[in-house]
Parts: sequence; structure tokens; C-alpha cells
Amino acid sequence: MDREESVRAIATRYAALMSRGPLLPILHAVQDAHGSISRPDVVAIADVLNVSIADVHGVVSFYSDFRTTAASAPAHTVTVCRAEACQAVGGQALFDQAQAMFAGDERVDVREAFCLGNCALGPSATVDGRLLGRVSAERIATAAEEWTA
Amino acid sequence: MTRVFVPGDAAAVSVGADDVAAAFAHQPDVEVVRTGSRGMLWAEPLVEIQGLDPAPDSGQSASHPPGRAGFANLSPADAEAVLALGARHTAYLGPVDDHPWFRRQQRVTTTRLGIVDPSSTSDYERHGGWAGFRAALDVSPSQVVDAVMESGLRGRGGAGFPTAVKWRTVAGAESSVKFICANADEGDSGTFADRMLMEGDPFSTIEGMLIAAYAVGASEGFIYIRSEYPHAVAAMRRAVDAARAAGYLGHDIAGSGLDFDLEVRVGAGAYICGEETSMLNSIEGRRAEVRSKPPIPALRGLFGHPTVVNNLLTLATVPGILADGPAAYAALGTARSRGTQLFQLAGNVARGGLVETGFGVTLRELVEDFGGGTRSGRPVRAVQVGGPLGAYVPASQLEIPLDYESMAEAGFMLGHGGVVVFDDTVDLARQARFAMEFCAIESCGKCTPCRVGSQRGVETLDHILAGRELGANLALLEDLCTTMTKGSLCAMGGLTPLPVRSALTHFAEDFTPEAARRRGGAS
Repeated sequence: MDREESVRAIATRYAALMSRGPLLPILHAVQDAHGSISRPDVVAIADVLNVSIADVHGVVSFYSDFRTTAASAPAHTVTVCRAEACQAVGGQALFDQAQAMFAGDERVDVREAFCLGNCALGPSATVDGRLLGRVSAERIATAAEEWTA
Repeated sequence: MTRVFVPGDAAAVSVGADDVAAAFAHQPDVEVVRTGSRGMLWAEPLVEIQGLDPAPDSGQSASHPPGRAGFANLSPADAEAVLALGARHTAYLGPVDDHPWFRRQQRVTTTRLGIVDPSSTSDYERHGGWAGFRAALDVSPSQVVDAVMESGLRGRGGAGFPTAVKWRTVAGAESSVKFICANADEGDSGTFADRMLMEGDPFSTIEGMLIAAYAVGASEGFIYIRSEYPHAVAAMRRAVDAARAAGYLGHDIAGSGLDFDLEVRVGAGAYICGEETSMLNSIEGRRAEVRSKPPIPALRGLFGHPTVVNNLLTLATVPGILADGPAAYAALGTARSRGTQLFQLAGNVARGGLVETGFGVTLRELVEDFGGGTRSGRPVRAVQVGGPLGAYVPASQLEIPLDYESMAEAGFMLGHGGVVVFDDTVDLARQARFAMEFCAIESCGKCTPCRVGSQRGVETLDHILAGRELGANLALLEDLCTTMTKGSLCAMGGLTPLPVRSALTHFAEDFTPEAARRRGGAS
């Protein structure tokens, strides 16, 4: 099945499953399956839902979770919390260190988050979705070593 | 058979609880049960063991659960020794309920948290679950609203609006379709109570939504959870499926004639969705821009229909009010802030976690008695209460009682109960800049004071941080704050000036030419 067929199938399935407001669940599912939501994906989803392309594009561009690049998603994601509770225990420095650690490495996407809900055990980060508490740059580096191994 | 309770809570997992659970599962004659966290996050992974032989000292707590003894900060290598040594192991805490950190709390919304299996409706029932729903069915819908009114329950999302007033409005609205929406878009830094409750006791929210549905005549519900909470999303979805399988969702629930079903919806990384009208737009599949009010959501909410939008904690508190009577709840707290608040101790604090106690506890009690001061061991300088839109309270004002009225009177805000501690290395001018930066990033963009004001606020604070034309820039910042406060459509732009102004008022020494020189800026 090519990408457009797959995106149409996802949109059709969620539209049937959810009688009300299926767009966000569709966008999450498309991104989970394909790593991003590309322009042709937006056109296909709009067609299935019978709404305008602008309506879908507007939603995709509003939310920071949605990745719009056509290129495939980076192999790994490191997210570091930059919100106040983590700032109080060095979160900003950790974010800067993580950015420096993976600078120039196209396989790794270093993202900021504003609160991961782990505020008593900060600084907090996720490595490929796994939440880490009381985290240090060394611990992120250790987790990343598995990728090069 | 020894039963070992290991939290599956995301915070506990973030410091190794999964590995600890696996290590115990490899020991002979051990059954591992995954629960939520009790809230003593500083002691995670905190494992409780039932049926240790020899039994650890008295082992009997005054309340439930009998014979469960806690062990703090375990690592996988400890499993064998903990089982062999019991109370003689250095990690032994004794019964968790008897621990001073626990005994001083008044747990009402969180009685089951960390105790029950969050995937089991029958375990929920064994610990008092569904009793509130059954009590509600024994009276008329309007009597349910009366009970919530008598309890004094106010919205726990931050605004503190009387819950029963909202419910009465929806109940009185004419519509064939009405909705109950639980707001679990808990984006405030320093807050995690919604998350812990979803992961540790998800059925209390479902039961609260059932009671609300009965009270106002709603048939559909949504629980909106932020995407940063994947553990909570999974736990809540499991719970919804289990509740449906047990007949607590769907048609003719428990023979009551009530039809109600609900869906879990996941956000996509937008702080503004915590604002109720943005959340409704997001569920509808739109850009999460704030709506102008009126019309209020209680009359024209989700898809244009009358809608109860309550914070998840508000809904999870309702079953206990119905089960134990509104008077018991109203007896807790202060004159107009009735009941309990779930305070979340976070940031630079030695013993962070979830503290449920009556409104009116002082900030000092939380930060020093529960929290044990800073984790760094340095003096406390500031405490931000109420999330990124809350004020920075100076260390000199820690005696303030935490209730809606006392906080508002002092120019602060209680919000969703987040308490973030900073030591004396914090630069409040930088924190003020961050408040504006956060607003600039997260503004929905609909109104100009918030969208443009926050961006100008960042630029102005950059000048102030560098010591450039301090007088003129401080005057401009004050002007921006006034415009944002008075002209913004919602609390995002309207309250961002609160942390900024509190920093200016209480930490003026961080906005001086000397402070700029210390940062290495030009003057």
C-alpha cells in the first residue's frame, strides 16, 4: 500500500470510529505510521473528511507535536524539559548540553518540552519516549550510546 | 505468597521502578502488583510489601492497607535482601500511612492512590469505589447538584469556580445532547496531580463523570489528556475499557436507565488547551484558539451543545462527596475554600511529591515541613505557586495560608496547586523573561495583547537583563503588563504579567544596573 492509500485508510477508519471530531486522532495516527504529516497527507485527509485543505493545514501547523517535513523523521528523539520546576534544578543547562551533545547529528532530534509532569524528580527528559527523572547529561549520553553500539 | 506493590507511575518509572518490579518478579513466591504512586516521589521507587516473614515490627497501620510495609529508593539489586531482611533492611520505612510525611495529610481525593490496582474495577469497588455513584442514583439529579453545592467544591483547574453552579446551568439548559468533559491538559510546570490520579486511580474520574452525567442529563463524555502524558493516556484508556466491560459505561448503567459513554482524546503539544474553550476546539478537531465568552460552555460548549467542563481533580473528588456526604467535605479547609487541595511539591525541594491537605496549610509547612527545604541545601529564595501564570512568592512571605482568598488578597494565585521551590541562585529577572517567553511560544495568537505583548515583553526584558535604559524599559514593561492584564481574551495573556510583576515587586534587586553588571551585560 502506498502512502496516500495508507493515509486515506487511516482517515476513513477514524472517521467511521469517531462520529465527532476525528481530525486530531487521525493526525496522530498518520504521524505514528509515517513519521510526519506531509503536504500530500494533508490533501488526502481533507478529501476524506470533506473539509478544506486550509482547515487541515491550519490544525497541523497549530500544534507543536506535528512534524510537517516530507523527509522521514529522525531516528531518535531527545526531549528536555525547560519549564520552571526543572529550571530550578538545572534544566536549562541540561537542555543546552543536550543540544551541544547532538549538534550536527541528523539522526537525533533534540526538542524542548514545557513540563513532562515529573516535577518533583527533575530535571526531566525523555530519550526515544522513555521518561527519565533526576537526569544528567551523562545519563542521556549513556542512553545514546546504545544507538551507536 | 508475598505480595509486592511497585508503582507503575511515570515518575516512579523515571527513576527505575520497572527494573525494580522485574527484579522482584524473579524472586520465588512473589506476586508483583503494579499500582500508582503514593505520592512520596522523593522515596521512589517506593515498594510496599505485604506478608513479609518475619513480619516487620507492628506492621499494622491504623488505616488500610494492613500489613503493607514500605521500602524507599530501591534499586533492582535490593530485591533479594529486602525480602530476606524485611524490617532490618536499611531501606525499611515502616507502614507508609504511619510515616510523618503521610500522617499529616488529609487524603480525600487520593485515598486509593498507590493502593489499588488501577486496571481493576473490582479492586476499585473493594476500596470504596462506585459508592458515590450508587448514592447519587438514590436521589434526584437536582439533589446531586445540591450535595455538590453544600460541599463547597470549587473547580480545581485553577479558577476555583463553584462546581455546582456550572452543573446547575447545564442541567437547566434545553438540549437533546449534553457533554461532560474532563480537562486533563495539565500543562502547568510543577503540577502532576492529574497525571498521578489517572495512572493510579483512574476510575474515580470515570465515576465522577457518571455522577455529573446523571446530575445534568448528559450522555457523552471526553477526557482530554495532554500528549506529554503517554503513561496516563494508556492507564485511562485501559480503565475506560474495563469500566465499559463491567457495565459502568454504555446503556442502562447498573440498571439505572442512565446511558453514558466516554472517549479519551489526546492533545498535541499546546499549553493553551488547558483553557476550557481551547480544549473544546481541540476536541472538535480545530486549531485550539480561545473562544470569546459569552456564550459560556455550559450553554454552548462542545459542538455547540451544553457542556460541563471540569478539571479532572474536580470530577475525581465528586464520588467521595456523594458517598460520605457533603458535610464531611465542607468541614475541611477554610471559610470559603472548602475541602482539600492536592498540593504538588516540585522544583528544588528535598522531599517533593503529592500532598493532599485542607486549604489553609501554610506555604512554609509545605516547603519546610513536608518538603524539607531545598534539594541543593541552599536557602529558599522564591516559591512559584500556581504554575507559569502564578506569582513568585518571596521567602519572607512563606507564612501565607494557601487558600483562594488569602492568596488573591496578597496578589498571588493558588491555581492548580503547583508549588515550585527555587534556591538563592535563581535570577528573578530571568524568570520574568521566561514567563514572557513561555507566553510568546504558547499563545494561541487570537488576541493581540497576548500574542504581541508577550513578544515585546521578551525583547524589553532582554534590554533590562543587559541593563540598557533601565528606567524607560521598566516603564514599558509595566505598560505591557497592564495591556496584557486588561486586554487579553483569557488567562494566558491575562495572567502572564503576574509572575513578571511579582518578580519586579519582591525581587527588585534583580532589576538593577548592579544585577545587569553581575550578568556581564553592558550598562
